Amino acid sequence: MTMNRETLINSILAITLIAVPLIALGMDEPFIITLATKVAIFAMAGVGLNLVLGYGGLVSFGHAAFFGIGGYAAGILASHALNYEPIMSWPFELEGTTQMIIIWIVALIASALIALAIGAITLRTSGVYFIMITLAFAQMIYYFAISWPAYGGEDGLSIYVRNGFPGLNTLDPISFFALCAVMLGIAMAFSAVLIRSRFGLALQGARQNTQRMTAVGIAPFRIRLVAFVISAMITALAGALYADLNRFVSPSMLSWHMSGEIMVFVILGGVGRLFGPLAGAGLYIILEHLLGGVWEFWQLPLGVLLLIVVLFARGGLVGVLAGERKHA
Amino acid sequence: MPNAILTLSNVTKQFGSLLASDAVTLDLRPGEIHALIGPNGAGKSTLIKQIAGEIKSDSGDIHFNGQNINELDAVARSRMGLARTFQVSSLMPEFSVLQNVMLARQSVSGKVFRFFRPVLSDASLIEPAMAQLERVGLADRAQMRAADISHGERRQLEMAVALALEPKAFLLDEPMAGMGPEGSKRLTGFLDGLRGQAPILLVEHDMDAVFALADRISVLVYGRIIATGTVDDIRANDDVKRAYLGEDA
Repeated sequence: MTMNRETLINSILAITLIAVPLIALGMDEPFIITLATKVAIFAMAGVGLNLVLGYGGLVSFGHAAFFGIGGYAAGILASHALNYEPIMSWPFELEGTTQMIIIWIVALIASALIALAIGAITLRTSGVYFIMITLAFAQMIYYFAISWPAYGGEDGLSIYVRNGFPGLNTLDPISFFALCAVMLGIAMAFSAVLIRSRFGLALQGARQNTQRMTAVGIAPFRIRLVAFVISAMITALAGALYADLNRFVSPSMLSWHMSGEIMVFVILGGVGRLFGPLAGAGLYIILEHLLGGVWEFWQLPLGVLLLIVVLFARGGLVGVLAGERKHA
Repeated sequence: MPNAILTLSNVTKQFGSLLASDAVTLDLRPGEIHALIGPNGAGKSTLIKQIAGEIKSDSGDIHFNGQNINELDAVARSRMGLARTFQVSSLMPEFSVLQNVMLARQSVSGKVFRFFRPVLSDASLIEPAMAQLERVGLADRAQMRAADISHGERRQLEMAVALALEPKAFLLDEPMAGMGPEGSKRLTGFLDGLRGQAPILLVEHDMDAVFALADRISVLVYGRIIATGTVDDIRANDDVKRAYLGEDA
């Protein structure tokens, strides 16, 4: 019965995400649509992290690096396109673009390459060391962005016109929301398929018992590295959308606060639950705007809530509502 | 012994001042059960770990299936056909019993990096995995979480996982541990039939099982093999009596 209940909870979450902006559209409240878009994007970043954190048991404290790389892919390509300056002219000419699809491809490739390099080093460690080294790499990229004047340095980079998607007016809030929600849906569907595949079984095995993995002849390192790269790519895609939502990208997208926030979405919503990141991001944004509006220390109750979840409800919001997870 | 499947020559391992394996030389021949016995702390589990590749030996050579495997890690050795079970059951607690065995089948199939096809309905993994569960008598537990089955059943599951790897040799580290007399008896019968499939290097404290099963016995004391021989040789060996079995044995 627990499976059915989780399906019910998941359906409610999905319907709420779609219904709220539609109602806001009817009531002419574009700000609510923007909030819902933010939830979809944050949830997607969390879906990426959940793959390694939830299913792989790897506590990456550096996923802001990939979120920011996605954001900078959007910002840098758009700024070159709008200024009519090629990104490079030798050995071949490379122009900027305001096409989201091309930006996404660049974000995916860039994040995959960097995740491959970071993962190849960090995944040789475990536990606290892994947390710290992923953090260190993310901070390196953060400081690099701050000190790189070509793309705004500390001030960040504005995207004057939201990038385009064929057949869609991306400046229309509800259209952009729909795009983000579809991307979230694809990311979640992809993640669900991955988890149920042979690779997913191996990834979840590596979380539970490395000794046993080794004994059956599967090297946990390679499994984890592939998962880390895929996870980074999903989070980077969310980052590209986030830059387009704000029409602005800055080093704050790369900062450790951001890594922490993405982690909070996953933990709050439910580690290793498909809809956990959506529940977590939703709850986070709701708290931020209900409490944040009246009390500037709104993160204090958030901290208490997080503490309660970690101590008493490991399955997060989805876990509390849907009951314990059935095996894998 | 040219036709031995597994050969250890002068395998040595030192932890600080403790000599865990002292120039150990032994072999495992096709069709046999070679029991490795010795008092607690003799270095039996350390030796198993060295053979499995979990601990690197300081010196000496290990040959498996005609190849020197000194430089191969545990994953590579497992893939070559060395299957080990653990003294303390080492399983995937959150997986079902069936999934534990399927993971081993997945490794044998060589196709781990498959991202799209659902694994839990993959008949090419389920059928051979169920076959092994039936062999060890766990088929009716297939859907239970490994964490929720009894201690004895976890020992059986360890065996099923090892069997699923279709190994060329088994390294069994105290498979009877905590099984109870009934379970030990059943497992003894099972292992007796297993030697035909692949030879077994058996570390075991249950002497009834060892004497019933072993074609040869090696006695390890303080990391050193003090005797190797048939059951009768070992029973008659004075060194062994003194060091291990006690005068009255």
